[in-house]
Amino acid sequence: MTVTDVARESVSAALEVDRVESHLNPPASYDLADHPVPSGREEIWRFTPLKRLRGILDGAASEAHLTWETTVPEGVTLREVTGEEVVAMGELAPNDRPSALAAANAGRAMLLDVPAEAVVTEPVVLHLHGESVEDLVWGRLLVRVGANADVTVVVNHTGSARYAAITTVLVGDGARVNVLTMQDWDDDAVHLGRDAIRVGRDASVKHTSISFGGDLVRMHANVEYAGPGGAAELLGLYFADEGQHLEHRLFADHMAPKTKSHVLYKGALQGAGAHTVWIGNVLIRKVAEGIETYEENRNLVLTDGCQADSVPNLEIETGEIAGAGHASATARFDDEQLFYLRSRGVSEKEAQRLVVHGFFNDLIRKVGIPSVEERLLKTVEAELAKNVLNAGSDGPAEEAP
Amino acid sequence: MSTLEIKDLQVSVHTEDGPKEILKGVTLTVRSGETHAIMGPNGSGKSTLAYSIAGHPKYTVTGGSVTLDGVDLLAMTVDERARAGLFLAMQYPVEVPGVSVSNFLRTAKTALDGESPKLRTWVKDVNTALANLNLDPTFGTRSVNEGFSGGEKKRHEIAQLELLNPQVAILDETDSGLDIDALKIVSEGVNRFRAQEGKGVLLITHYTRILRYIMPDQVHVFVDGKVAESGGPELADQLEANGYEKYVAGAAV
Repeated sequence: MTVTDVARESVSAALEVDRVESHLNPPASYDLADHPVPSGREEIWRFTPLKRLRGILDGAASEAHLTWETTVPEGVTLREVTGEEVVAMGELAPNDRPSALAAANAGRAMLLDVPAEAVVTEPVVLHLHGESVEDLVWGRLLVRVGANADVTVVVNHTGSARYAAITTVLVGDGARVNVLTMQDWDDDAVHLGRDAIRVGRDASVKHTSISFGGDLVRMHANVEYAGPGGAAELLGLYFADEGQHLEHRLFADHMAPKTKSHVLYKGALQGAGAHTVWIGNVLIRKVAEGIETYEENRNLVLTDGCQADSVPNLEIETGEIAGAGHASATARFDDEQLFYLRSRGVSEKEAQRLVVHGFFNDLIRKVGIPSVEERLLKTVEAELAKNVLNAGSDGPAEEAP
Repeated sequence: MSTLEIKDLQVSVHTEDGPKEILKGVTLTVRSGETHAIMGPNGSGKSTLAYSIAGHPKYTVTGGSVTLDGVDLLAMTVDERARAGLFLAMQYPVEVPGVSVSNFLRTAKTALDGESPKLRTWVKDVNTALANLNLDPTFGTRSVNEGFSGGEKKRHEIAQLELLNPQVAILDETDSGLDIDALKIVSEGVNRFRAQEGKGVLLITHYTRILRYIMPDQVHVFVDGKVAESGGPELADQLEANGYEKYVAGAAV
């Protein structure tokens, strides 16, 4: 049986599932009429500053591309295919206007193929670089992982562009896949990304979204299941500076029994107008008995003038579940933690630095890609250097009467 | 040489009904090489004294002074006080998730010395300090105070005392919640610290039990925000026999 056959079977299986609509996630469709231009009042758009999308939603045709610098280990192939081909391969249809526009306008698609049983030890790295925010770029990528394969894929975004992309990851039965998308753009970039993952029977997937750069970044990470026993871990780390809008929207659609989803996103905010949005949603369909899910978002607000929106949602159609929960917390520095560290001689700034590193450390350790983990520790340090380590002073005693 | 001098210290906390005075004029001097025990009933302000000296932002000093070797501690930030030679072993040490004990200890040592400790001797020093307090070497990889048992938290505080080696240590109910074995281990750590030349200890406790292992030079009975009576170690024996009743009754009048 070929990978394509597996994907087709999965699609037909999905159609048999009761169509329950999630109030937060409109039905997927390639038809642009199903994804009208938003006014900003829609539930799925109300947190996004539409004006700063710089006209992406108008959907103008464009020939501009990002430059791709790739590391493709032996056994994996990366090639260009047509839009019709990726649809036939089982691409997960667009669930919002930017991804529908990307599918309609990209003109071509990139296909990353990992054959069944392949164990690829070195990560596949796709480094996408944009030259200018004047460039409007439509992206389309399909990652197809065969049964029992084991692969890590890193997609890194740098430079600048107005970029809307639709990405699909089809994970074969029993496969183990680690996908990471890093938004390390220049200050003016706009990025609307949708990653959708279909998890095969007994397969396990880790998806990590990391957003540091860009003026406006809005990323979807969606996961659905082709059969029972699939597990997905969705991780995210973001650091919003002055004026940045970083938005992450999660959707775990439990459409098969005994599936798992575990979501953990952590973010820090600093500087006037830094805005983060985290929308988590889990839908547990009637057939999805015995599933386990947990979603968690934590935000650390480092300075005044920031806004962190965090909304976990859970839609349950069956009572027969093993576990479901969510948590969300947004807080400033804990005075007691800082006091404890400072009482050991550590300066206020150094204490804050320790606390922020500590906040992100457990998440960074979960990423599971050593080169990225190392880089993340450095990037967190660099972000802190922008503000926490420079602002304020150790100055005079605040305790003095 | 190190003298901690507390003069007529008055401290209040902010409450819903406005400021509430907790310390009502505390005067106390811990000279070089001395160990003072402060004993008192719950709610008498013992911990407030400890945390105000260390500079916890919750407390407002409304009067009096605290100096270390003549230098005004109250004018300093929390970390400046530590760098001046003060250490507070807390009753309820705070969890710092994601920050390992070894990273924390090295950061503190570097801050206190103004330079990072030499790697080879430092690792040895840390392992010795942990072993002395009966803490496993893997303890260094755990997050600060996260998931520690009550006893581990207290032993970790005393391991820090030995490693950071301040001039004056305030121990806030370090004995509370410890079983007898842990109490002995912790007391031995404190005794190693104060066996050094010129170290001062202010030992705050509710019970006389720890004073069997750490012999104080002076005992102060603390009631209603001030020192009600001071004396030698024999005062602890009287408290053991008679409790705080006579002081509390006096304060209520």
